[in-house]
Amino acid sequence: MKVLVPVKRVIDYNVKVRVKADQSGVELANVKMSMNPFDEISVEEAIRLKEAGTATEIVVVTVGPQQAQETLRTALAMGADRGIHVKTDAEVEPLAVAKILKAVAGEESPELIIVGKQAIDDDSNQTGQMLSALLGWPQGTFASKVEKDGDKLNVTREIDGGLQTIKLNLPAVVTSDLRLNEPRYASLPNIMKAKKKPIDAKTPEDYSVDLTPRLQVQKVTEPAERQAGIKVETAAELVAKLKEAGVIG
Amino acid sequence: MPHIYSEKDLDFILYDMLDTEGLLKTERYAEHSREAFNQILETSTRMAEDLYQPHAAKVDANEPEFDGEKVTIIPEVKEALDAYREAGFPGALFPFEQGGMQLPVTIAQASGFIFGAANVSTAGYAMLSLGAANLISSFGSQAQQDRFLSQMIEGRFFGTMCLSEPQAGSSLSDIRTKAVPQEDGTYAITGTKMWISGGEHDMSENIIHMVMAKIEGAPAGAKGISLFIVPKIMVKEDGTLGKRNDVKLAGLNHKMGYRGTVNTFLSFGEEGGAVGYLVGEPNKGLAYMFQMMNEARIGVGLGATSLGYTGYLHSLDYAKGRPQGRLIDGKDPTTPMVPIIEHADIKRLMMQQKSYVEGALHLCLYAARLVDDIATCEDAADRKDMELLLDLLTPVVKSWPSEFCLEANKLAIQVHGGYGYTREYPVERFYRDNRLNPIHEGTHGIQGLDILGRKVSMANGRAVELLIERMTKTIVAAKAEATLSAHATALEEAVGVLVSTTQTLLGAAMQGDVARAFANATLYLDAFGHVVLAWFWLQQALKAQEKLAHGADGDDAAFYAGKQAACTYFMRYELPKAVSSLHEQAKLDDTCVSADPAIF
Ligand SMILES: Cc1cc2nc3c(=O)[nH]c(=O)nc-3n(C[C@H](O)[C@H](O)[C@H](O)COP(=O)(O)OP(=O)(O)OC[C@H]3O[C@@H](n4cnc5c(N)ncnc54)[C@H](O)[C@@H]3O)c2cc1C
Repeated sequence: MKVLVPVKRVIDYNVKVRVKADQSGVELANVKMSMNPFDEISVEEAIRLKEAGTATEIVVVTVGPQQAQETLRTALAMGADRGIHVKTDAEVEPLAVAKILKAVAGEESPELIIVGKQAIDDDSNQTGQMLSALLGWPQGTFASKVEKDGDKLNVTREIDGGLQTIKLNLPAVVTSDLRLNEPRYASLPNIMKAKKKPIDAKTPEDYSVDLTPRLQVQKVTEPAERQAGIKVETAAELVAKLKEAGVIG
Repeated sequence: MPHIYSEKDLDFILYDMLDTEGLLKTERYAEHSREAFNQILETSTRMAEDLYQPHAAKVDANEPEFDGEKVTIIPEVKEALDAYREAGFPGALFPFEQGGMQLPVTIAQASGFIFGAANVSTAGYAMLSLGAANLISSFGSQAQQDRFLSQMIEGRFFGTMCLSEPQAGSSLSDIRTKAVPQEDGTYAITGTKMWISGGEHDMSENIIHMVMAKIEGAPAGAKGISLFIVPKIMVKEDGTLGKRNDVKLAGLNHKMGYRGTVNTFLSFGEEGGAVGYLVGEPNKGLAYMFQMMNEARIGVGLGATSLGYTGYLHSLDYAKGRPQGRLIDGKDPTTPMVPIIEHADIKRLMMQQKSYVEGALHLCLYAARLVDDIATCEDAADRKDMELLLDLLTPVVKSWPSEFCLEANKLAIQVHGGYGYTREYPVERFYRDNRLNPIHEGTHGIQGLDILGRKVSMANGRAVELLIERMTKTIVAAKAEATLSAHATALEEAVGVLVSTTQTLLGAAMQGDVARAFANATLYLDAFGHVVLAWFWLQQALKAQEKLAHGADGDDAAFYAGKQAACTYFMRYELPKAVSSLHEQAKLDDTCVSADPAIF
């Protein structure tokens, strides 16, 4: 089974994100970037499937600027087999990414695509679902467990009420949730091996995908600073305060 | 929680100051790339944060125990070391042919710095094992390498260094451990070794002790010391384990810090003799050890820097978050209190720490880069020069961070006020951990004798000449910058005083006044270190100047402004201490050396 894993280069989860002075977006210059943590989980899952003998080849793909190659390299250093870099400096929205991924899937014919449930920069939580719809493949979102079962895939999903296990026909799209696994560290030997693994250079035009954004960002602002709380003496006082604030009727 | 180190600063030192990327042009390191280096440092950082730092306080509070049979260490230490092994770190420095990663020493040391900043005592096991493996790799026979080294490179066997004995620490020539040749070519080792770090535990399949001992009938003193491989468990020729060797744990030492690194008192040969394998030739043991010292001592200096650096960042975080008092020129009690970082005295404590720890990081990695340059240099004369320079700097690299990053830890506690004195905050632990560094691997005092008694005069003073040549280049460049020329002049003058004091002291020694000439060797070492550090700060400030001139902005601008401020601080507040001390030393004062023990 061939597995395709899209990975995105995002602001590192440790970095305190700052809004640009002109409110057009967040500051990216000189900021540490790394692989979207949910994508790391996807890569890890693919590697585990390969180690278990279920997956045969892991292809990682990224859509992004030149530096996004580093993100691919990280995935290769974890254990993916080869990479595809769809190079663009443009702002890409989930729909455009999903269209590119659909085209890549058309060329690569994977049986499984593991997408991070969301990227921690824009938190869209859309790409996997859109991709599944575009391909007409079944989707198992927010996966906390993935198991091959004959020619089907059992996916345990994290849903509001607890866990739900569904059986998918293959090929399928799965989106990974936090508890799916704990990604491994790229080991030194694998970091060295990754240098020799191939990365195909592509452009959005190669897939005839139009990246024009469908959304327009009006402005980006910092979340309002949290106000200091107050202490109330009694439950009655609390109720009164809540009424005052218009939170309860 | 603050970061354990500054990625930005490490990056600046590795690539802007030391041109680590330049190593990629050499045949030895051509297989690597900056991207791979960064990934290795990234893996180091993640493992350090996920697996090393979380148990640092716990292993300090729960030191290893010995019940007479077995040593118990909290399981987190082994988990961290297992992950370290699985990630391939034990082989990082060894050549590809030996199954290693052939990583530059500069990058391997930078990685060690990261692990040390997270948890120095768990990281200690890897450092010790590397030291032992290096000895076998450099001086062991092929058979010894096949039998022991490969399993050390894989990280399955750990190693120790067994030099010290209860009666012989600084004075290794007085060791008593004995080696008696056996018919099968091995030696029977008997004696006791004190202070042996990592001497007993079951976190690795085996422990390879590198033991200094005297072969029966060997010459007296240092010239009669040989080096032996003494495995804890015998290793058969095919590499599998046999029975236990005659090495016993006599007890544990209970330490002030570095508690996770089990420290042992070992007894060899209680049942007739531990099996030892001679490494290299007889009576060359100490010479072999000294050849490996440079790298080990960079490791000690860098360990001290890790602790100083992380203490600095912890105190910075605290200083920004602790409101207390109001500014001296605006004491209106109705206004909110200010974070203590606003107070002049806290800024001073921060600046002093910053100048020590960031300078020390540059110093240690500079030395690491010299090791790489030596390994890749094609010109024999250049190589010889760099070897001399490294030999000269080694006591500084070992001792300066050990003294001054320890001082930084003291200041980090001060920034925390009373909270820093409690175990709720890690800064007191950093201090206790760091307190080891001026003691082991040659005490501060012994390093002082090394630099003044040996290093500055070796090869007719060629090493000092080489250092001054390099310093002069920086001074000339800095003089051309309006903002730095005063600093350049200050450094130039300090170098002048260093040279003249050195001449005075060596002159006195040559005329037989050895006692007075070397009486203040430790102070000489400190002052020498300060002058060297002023040079590193001038280099950093020059680079910062260049970056600012090229339009660095935002966080970058603040970063470079910080470099310039620390340089200014060091030149104005620290360098004069060294100059004044050197002036005093040149007087050959005998207040201390002539003191009769009876007066104390
Ligand atoms: C935690 C810890 C871990 C250690 N790990 C190891 C290890 O793994 N392997 C190992 O072999 N050793 C190890 N050591 C031993 C360490 O290297 C010695 O403690 C050190 O060399 C000093 O020896 P000593 O303790 O006997 O002190 P001494 O040599 O007795 O020194 C006492 C004081 O006298 C001074 N002094 C001694 N001689 C002179 C002199 N000639 N001139 C001027 N001053 C002098 C010293 O500077 C020191 O201040 C470790 C020590 C500690 C504390």
